[in-house]
Amino acid sequence: MSTFLLELSYLIGSITFIIGLKQLSSPDSARKGNLVAAAGMGIAILATILFHQKDGQPIGNIPWIIAAMGIGTVIGWMMAMKVKMTAMPQMVSFFNGMGGACAAIISIVEYNAHPEGSSGYLLTVFLGLIIGSVSFSGSMVAYGKLDEKIKDISASFLTYLNLLLLVLIFAIMGIAIVQPDLLGHSVVWILLAISFIYGILFVMPIGGADMPVVISLLTSLTGLAAAFGGFLYDNPVMLTGGILVGSAGTILTVLMCTAMNRSLLNVIIGSFGGGGAAGSKGASGDQTVKEISLTDTAILCAYAGKVVIVPGYGLAVAQAQHICHELEKKLEEKGVEVSFAIHPVAGRMPGHMNVLLAEADVPYPKLVEMEDANPTMNNTDVVIIVGANDVVNPAAENDPSSPIYGMPVLKVWEAKNVIVMKRSMRAGYAGIENELFFHPKTKMLFGDAKEMLGKLVSEVKEL
Amino acid sequence: MANFFLENQDLIYIVILSILLGIEVISNVPAILHTPLMSGANAIHGVVIIGAIIVMGHAKPDDFLALTLGFIAVVLGTLNVVGGFVVTNRMLEMFKKKK
Repeated sequence: MSTFLLELSYLIGSITFIIGLKQLSSPDSARKGNLVAAAGMGIAILATILFHQKDGQPIGNIPWIIAAMGIGTVIGWMMAMKVKMTAMPQMVSFFNGMGGACAAIISIVEYNAHPEGSSGYLLTVFLGLIIGSVSFSGSMVAYGKLDEKIKDISASFLTYLNLLLLVLIFAIMGIAIVQPDLLGHSVVWILLAISFIYGILFVMPIGGADMPVVISLLTSLTGLAAAFGGFLYDNPVMLTGGILVGSAGTILTVLMCTAMNRSLLNVIIGSFGGGGAAGSKGASGDQTVKEISLTDTAILCAYAGKVVIVPGYGLAVAQAQHICHELEKKLEEKGVEVSFAIHPVAGRMPGHMNVLLAEADVPYPKLVEMEDANPTMNNTDVVIIVGANDVVNPAAENDPSSPIYGMPVLKVWEAKNVIVMKRSMRAGYAGIENELFFHPKTKMLFGDAKEMLGKLVSEVKEL
Repeated sequence: MANFFLENQDLIYIVILSILLGIEVISNVPAILHTPLMSGANAIHGVVIIGAIIVMGHAKPDDFLALTLGFIAVVLGTLNVVGGFVVTNRMLEMFKKKK
């Protein structure tokens, strides 16, 4: 009976994961989908504690399990509730790392319990260990990078070192399976250590702009690690959940790469801002930029018919989404039509900007996707670019030597006036020069996005 | 090879169908939902916690390494599950308010 209830719960869990994911991919049902998946997870966990049996033995140490779950729930809940919306991507990365670590630990314990298992068993254990620990250390580095605790370290030798480590990992794993006596039982710790280092070095040289792709990739890796756990315990809900996330995460990764017009291989191996960047930098070196004062900006916007705001990561860093909404309201009071043009990869994750602006109570219809925004650019009077750079770079359209050539961008230069709000002339996340800043229509407004927008709002108010 | 296939036929079916389902379910998602979706998927792979519970639940009382590691694994797995779902819910809550 208990086996029946367990398997039934696992079936329910698997189905809720599928329905949950499906509902998550449509705006109307997304929230329900998340709750459905969470409920299914709860059922599967509860059923495991109550009904799981191994060799006729029920689950023991229940007080400890509940204590551990209590600790995890309190910490996880608090972290998730306290995190700022701008810090969402690194939070996802952090939780992803936890799942990876969990999978790696399971493999260690399982190996220690049955070091003489069959080769199929050992393969499953080792793969879970390797993928789990790569996902853990990689996610932690991604977390550190997005939180600006870790700087980019790019060195071309890292590519070769990483390749070497990868070969080493699989070689050791192969030997440990075929000739278990050769390396002894400590092989599990060796594999853990090398995988851990590989995870760090794998993410380290990848530029901040590509971090969303990396997190998505690491998420699908953790899914895979969970699936190996499913193989290990012949556990259908772990298997379906893990594989679903693995394949969905991979597709999401590919979608993100497509949005940036880059291949996955290019993201992982290629270093951004190489030869092409140097070329375009030289070309624009002797050009000058035009600055504009706050008052002029306010007048220009307040008397415009249509204003489009292009938010970028700079807006997120400066936490300027609320003041941006304020500006939008003030301009609308003056009879100006205001909308937000959102590039699919604006911010640090696709959809990140929408989440941020939604947090600031910007109405849904005001958020215009790139495909719908571009055709209306030529009858727009003023485009205000707040902390965006690469997503409005004309080089993507007209400079084949540029690393971002071919990436779909917002054609802001087709508007009548372009105002770029930026902290300095520093290059964008991708590390490449932006021709737009030297465009005859462009005027620069230097300063912190939040501060400048605040001043702009009061200027507009006084008009 | 043939033996492996026959022995694990059920699992292979589950794996292949799950892969196809994952691709099918995701492929039409609008860009605005990419972040919540990634976060939701992140919470779902927290299902690995079931493995941690099994490890912990069947660890022998004198096997302190297994008990300690199992305990940590359950904590980390719970972090993944709870944190993942709560963060996703918070993101989606903001979209809902606008309706």
